[in-house]
Amino acid sequence: MSTSSSTPPATPAPPTTPLADVAGPYFGVFGGRWVPEALIAALDELTEVWQKAQLDPEFVTELQRLQREYVGRPSPLSEAPRFAERIGGVRVFLKREDLNHTGSHKINNALGQALLVKRMGKTRVIAETGAGQHGVATATACAMLGLECIVYMGEKDTERQALNVARMRLLGATVVPVTIGSRTLKDAVNEALRDWVANVETTHYLLGTAAGPHPFPQMVRDFQRVIGEEAREQLLERTGRLPSAIAACVGGGSNAIGIFNAFLDEESVALYGFEAGGHGSAEGEHAARFAGGSIGVLQGAKSYVLHDEDGQILPTDSISAGLDYASVGPEHAWLYDIKRVTYQPVTDAQAMDAFRLLCLTEGIIPAIESAHALAGAIRVADRVKESYAAGGGDPDELPIILINLSGRGDKDVATAGRWFEVLDVDDAEAKEGRA
Amino acid sequence: MTTVTNLTTGARIDATRAENRAALVGYLPLGFPDLDTSVAAARAMVEAGVDVVELGLPYTDPVLDGPVIQHAAEHALAGGVRTRDVFGAVERIAQTGAAVAVMSYYNPILRYGVERFARDLAAAGGAGLITPDLVPDEGSEWMTAADVHGLDRIFLVAPSSTPERLEMTAAASRGFVYAASVMGVTGTRTSVGDAAERLVADTRAAGAERVCVGLGVSTPEQAAEIATYADGVIVGSALVRALGTQGDLDALRRTAAALAQGVRGGRR
Repeated sequence: MSTSSSTPPATPAPPTTPLADVAGPYFGVFGGRWVPEALIAALDELTEVWQKAQLDPEFVTELQRLQREYVGRPSPLSEAPRFAERIGGVRVFLKREDLNHTGSHKINNALGQALLVKRMGKTRVIAETGAGQHGVATATACAMLGLECIVYMGEKDTERQALNVARMRLLGATVVPVTIGSRTLKDAVNEALRDWVANVETTHYLLGTAAGPHPFPQMVRDFQRVIGEEAREQLLERTGRLPSAIAACVGGGSNAIGIFNAFLDEESVALYGFEAGGHGSAEGEHAARFAGGSIGVLQGAKSYVLHDEDGQILPTDSISAGLDYASVGPEHAWLYDIKRVTYQPVTDAQAMDAFRLLCLTEGIIPAIESAHALAGAIRVADRVKESYAAGGGDPDELPIILINLSGRGDKDVATAGRWFEVLDVDDAEAKEGRA
Repeated sequence: MTTVTNLTTGARIDATRAENRAALVGYLPLGFPDLDTSVAAARAMVEAGVDVVELGLPYTDPVLDGPVIQHAAEHALAGGVRTRDVFGAVERIAQTGAAVAVMSYYNPILRYGVERFARDLAAAGGAGLITPDLVPDEGSEWMTAADVHGLDRIFLVAPSSTPERLEMTAAASRGFVYAASVMGVTGTRTSVGDAAERLVADTRAAGAERVCVGLGVSTPEQAAEIATYADGVIVGSALVRALGTQGDLDALRRTAAALAQGVRGGRR
């Protein structure tokens, strides 16, 4: 695959660089540091400490030990045969990030950055959170390492993810509801940035996704690439084959880039990212940046952004708080431009149908974010089968779809309970409903 | 429309220097509390003694602004203010003889078209652009457009800026360098502290011709103190609060006049 066409002359990625190793600050024309000058020194410090840490066996060993003994890595790879049967003609494997300590992939990055905080000698950590999974992961890492933790969360999200607010508070974090703007993830990031500008000397901003100013997109990706590395090894060991396709949900995009990375240079593996299609295609009804946005700068990076013709950021909507965001990580913007990854919106209703299907067929309650990946996998299965046959895939075997089950759905039980009207229903009624 | 004369911020600040005083830079958001009142307010502020107007283009995600300016921007956007409204407003304010610089986050500029924005701003008689979330490292497109149209490029420096970055930013700036007095966002503070004085000295040493100090400056006393060492004093939130959602021009005039007294008291 050629990368030269969409790479700007100022920062060319040599054609020999594997896609998996492309480094910031720029991914094609995307990325960079569109932030106030006050933050540049801290970003430089973070870049330096992180680069040194990567080469320090002590850091690497400590992170691996925590992943093994504290997070429970490697996370399992589960085949989902009854779910696959409903699709027909494919095998489905789920990368079980939902089984990590704290319930999602977010802990991979939170622990990595928290260890860097200790190295920088900072004592205070701030974070933004949408669904609350990153907030919980950060609160957890801070409790374990003895760091002060403040989590900014849009007021709308504190209401719909109340369980995670309680978890963060139990873990000793201060949760600050953000009441300005659209009261969702974007506004939480704004408040975290304002706090950071004022307190940067003592404070690290533990950004939860592969977005924001350099080095965050690359650093978060590198802390998350363990997902794809493990999945690749597990799948090869179990089936001797690579998947035909990978599906992941994309908010900022950290779980997706984490599972994609190990397969970016495998041309036979189709990569799919599913963003929030919300409840309609009109402005403000979704968070489909690729389907409905254009190039802009928001919260530190140049990427695809949902904005109006004046560059004012549009409100977004999704049943999933974690995908309800007006921009997307810059590496995804680049992978979209070079056509390495296909991005499509999945509506609330499609995601909830897939959510229910996984519950009933596999006994797994997924996060609503991850349900977008499940729904997308169902949608693209026919295309996967066609290209498998056309590409000379072994006719005695079925093509494999690997889905990143990025989080578990405990936090979404109230939302899903309302959606499927299973709250306050007595068992007799429920049985009748099933009959 | 008559012939447009672009009064640069540098020329205006040099004129105050000739009066042996610092300049007063007053910030107000476009369209707050409505478009016509925001223009009338900026003009009133100039009559009360403001030398350079910093006209803010409201934005949905102002990460370097505190609550007062955030709410004013929200109010202005809800009232329907558009990017294109800024040019007519600049023209009407520039008629007072003040230099008018636009303060904008970068996404609205990028969306309008950087070159197109520079052209229209110059045609309206604007002095240039203050860019709170654009560092010179990412600024090549804007810097080229500013050169083509003879506009001021006002970048920010902060107490955390390294000597190398001060030098780079001073070299990239034209008009003045905006020195953030403290680490933080806009809003009133009881004290500005001595970090600002050190930063002004360091920024001058790094090659800046003119350095103005902003963030957290709200009282005539603070203005007087800063005026003893800086080329200009930038006040925002205090003026926005005086104007208020009711568009109280008299209160705004009083606040601006007191601050103008302040910069005149801080003789060097």
